[in-house]
Amino acid sequence: MKNENILVIEAGRAEKHYWVDLWRYRELFYILSWRDIAVRYKQTVIGVLWAILRPLLTMAVFTVIFGKLAKLPSDGNAPYAIMVYAAMLPWQFFSSSVSEASNSLISNTQLITKVYFPRIIIPISSLVTSFIDFLISFAILVLLMVYFRFTPSWNVFFLPFFVLIAFLAAAGIGLFITALNVKYRDFRYIVPFIVQFGLYISPVGFSSSIVPEKYRLLYSLNPMVGVIDGFRWAILGGEATIYLPGFLMSIGVMLGFLVLGIYKFRKMEKTFADVI
Amino acid sequence: MSDVVIKAEGIGKSYLIGHEPKGKDKYVALRDVIADKTKGLWSKIRNPSLYEHKDIEEFWALKDVSFEVKRGDRVGIIGRNGAGKSTLLKVLSRITEPTRGRVSIKGRVASLLEVGTGFHPELTGRENIYLNGAILGMTRQEIKRKFDEIVDFAEVEKFLDTPVKRFSSGMYVRLAFAVAAHLDPEILLVDEVLAVGDIGFQKKCLERMQSVSNDEGRTVFFVSHNLDAIVSLCSKCILLVDGNSIFFDKVGSAIDAYTTNNLTVKNPVNFENVKGFGDMIGGRLLEFGVFDAKGAPASSFSMWDVMQLTLGVFIENLKIRWQISIAVMDKSQRVVSILNSEWSDADLNLKAGKNIIRVSIPKMDLFPGTYSLTPMLRQEGIVSTHKINNAFTFEITEPQTKRGFLNISKYSTGSQVWVNHVWEKTDGEIK
Repeated sequence: MKNENILVIEAGRAEKHYWVDLWRYRELFYILSWRDIAVRYKQTVIGVLWAILRPLLTMAVFTVIFGKLAKLPSDGNAPYAIMVYAAMLPWQFFSSSVSEASNSLISNTQLITKVYFPRIIIPISSLVTSFIDFLISFAILVLLMVYFRFTPSWNVFFLPFFVLIAFLAAAGIGLFITALNVKYRDFRYIVPFIVQFGLYISPVGFSSSIVPEKYRLLYSLNPMVGVIDGFRWAILGGEATIYLPGFLMSIGVMLGFLVLGIYKFRKMEKTFADVI
Repeated sequence: MSDVVIKAEGIGKSYLIGHEPKGKDKYVALRDVIADKTKGLWSKIRNPSLYEHKDIEEFWALKDVSFEVKRGDRVGIIGRNGAGKSTLLKVLSRITEPTRGRVSIKGRVASLLEVGTGFHPELTGRENIYLNGAILGMTRQEIKRKFDEIVDFAEVEKFLDTPVKRFSSGMYVRLAFAVAAHLDPEILLVDEVLAVGDIGFQKKCLERMQSVSNDEGRTVFFVSHNLDAIVSLCSKCILLVDGNSIFFDKVGSAIDAYTTNNLTVKNPVNFENVKGFGDMIGGRLLEFGVFDAKGAPASSFSMWDVMQLTLGVFIENLKIRWQISIAVMDKSQRVVSILNSEWSDADLNLKAGKNIIRVSIPKMDLFPGTYSLTPMLRQEGIVSTHKINNAFTFEITEPQTKRGFLNISKYSTGSQVWVNHVWEKTDGEIK
């Protein structure tokens, strides 16, 4: 007998082996991520192009409106376009992650009602798809920098750290909304609103340094403020500065959301198969 | 003992079903929640007692399912629609949690509740084998090793690189089942999946399931309405009746029990392995049977029929003044009536040890519908010592009168208890 472990199923028992199961099902995680990516880029002409065009066009519009028309200052001497694009990267990743994740369970209803696996795999693997888009957009950033002859500083080596923060922020808020979306189906109408609203209250089209000093801590309650500032600091080097209390505040809020998201998801997860 | 791979003890699964006004979405919308909460708040202020009432009903898809299955057993699960077959498989495969009870499982479980779970139409046959295999719990290495075997079994080698959306439904099923058939779990749960696919392939699948269990000592659970398939594949059988299970060592007797129309549950029901509710100090219930006028076990009665209930009671403490009662409940678990030995002034003359008590109902005055009986053993004034909820479910059917069968149900009056009465025309004044 290969496996002498005895599995006990009881009400409320699933808790105990959840994280072990998550590890055991890691192959499923890889393959679901792979499926999402494969399907996304199959039979769609503009699949990859879309990942390039969206941030580029948004960047162009923001640069014209905020930089040229409103004449907002950039961070230091960095070209306005690169400053916007550096924020565009985490923002696009965040917004597409949240919207993909929130729909992921519903579009995988078939799996949830027919097979057991830790459900958290589904929204997280949908983050991976968004992450691929992020990587593609990142390649464009490199081209932009070459075009503007902008040399990054050593700060750029901290970028992976900020990418991780962006990932965790997306995961926390994504999981929270995903759980609510299964229970309350009209939540999907709220998600696009949150995403759109978030674009304006996050410092995507402008530098967060234009926010008055006394409001900056309050402003940093938005976890994306910390993430975006971090990205700018890493990419623009000495041109952008990090407002440390605000950054820590954003990280705190982000971690809070992560815990809340996982907690809420775990709590609702048991009933997903029954309510979906 | 070590040969027992699955042991289920009193599994129950309840769902909450809301009774919403017709035409409303079955999903909960946040909008409704907010609206209801606000409404609720208002009515709570105005009329606090009304607030208790909710349009939510608890529905027990599984009530009390217990069994022990040994390694290498091929267990058929049969029962009518809604008896809880699929819910049982879902609980065993951990898709949904039981509300009560406990299952211990030794070994890896794979479930096949649907053909081609997770197949993606845009992906090719090859890609789907990997995808489906992973979903069913195989590792990539395992799939790689068995890949050729799977393709062979499914007979689709020519179409491996075609998206499965272009597959015929037969090919699709074959490929899906081939993946599942090459799983290496110690326990395989299979739901009605063979209903699709051609007969030759169905046979191949049955043989494959038989051989994995015979040669490799796998345990197979197989749900089907196809009794022939159950007979040819299974060695043991679980009959589910309204969420209760009866385990049969011989498939033949299970099928007999299932096809014999009247027997919807073991009758008399034995409570030796059922805990029920209460402390059982000084006495307990042993068994319970429901019989018709001639004394034959029955679970379906015409309205106004004779009904006889027999209750086995074990009494240790004779000093207690015992009361025996049987609650008659409707489908929504509302008590329709209570039969109580004390109130009937019955002198049961209980002795120490086993007592058999008979309750005769000369005319069952209930309207057509489904009802259940909950026997209780209780001490005067004290909560019950032993109580078995819904020990027996029976049905009251339309009565036959001089003018043929009545069709009372169609009026949906909601009426449940018939009040004995007489109609006549009298002469003279109202008085």
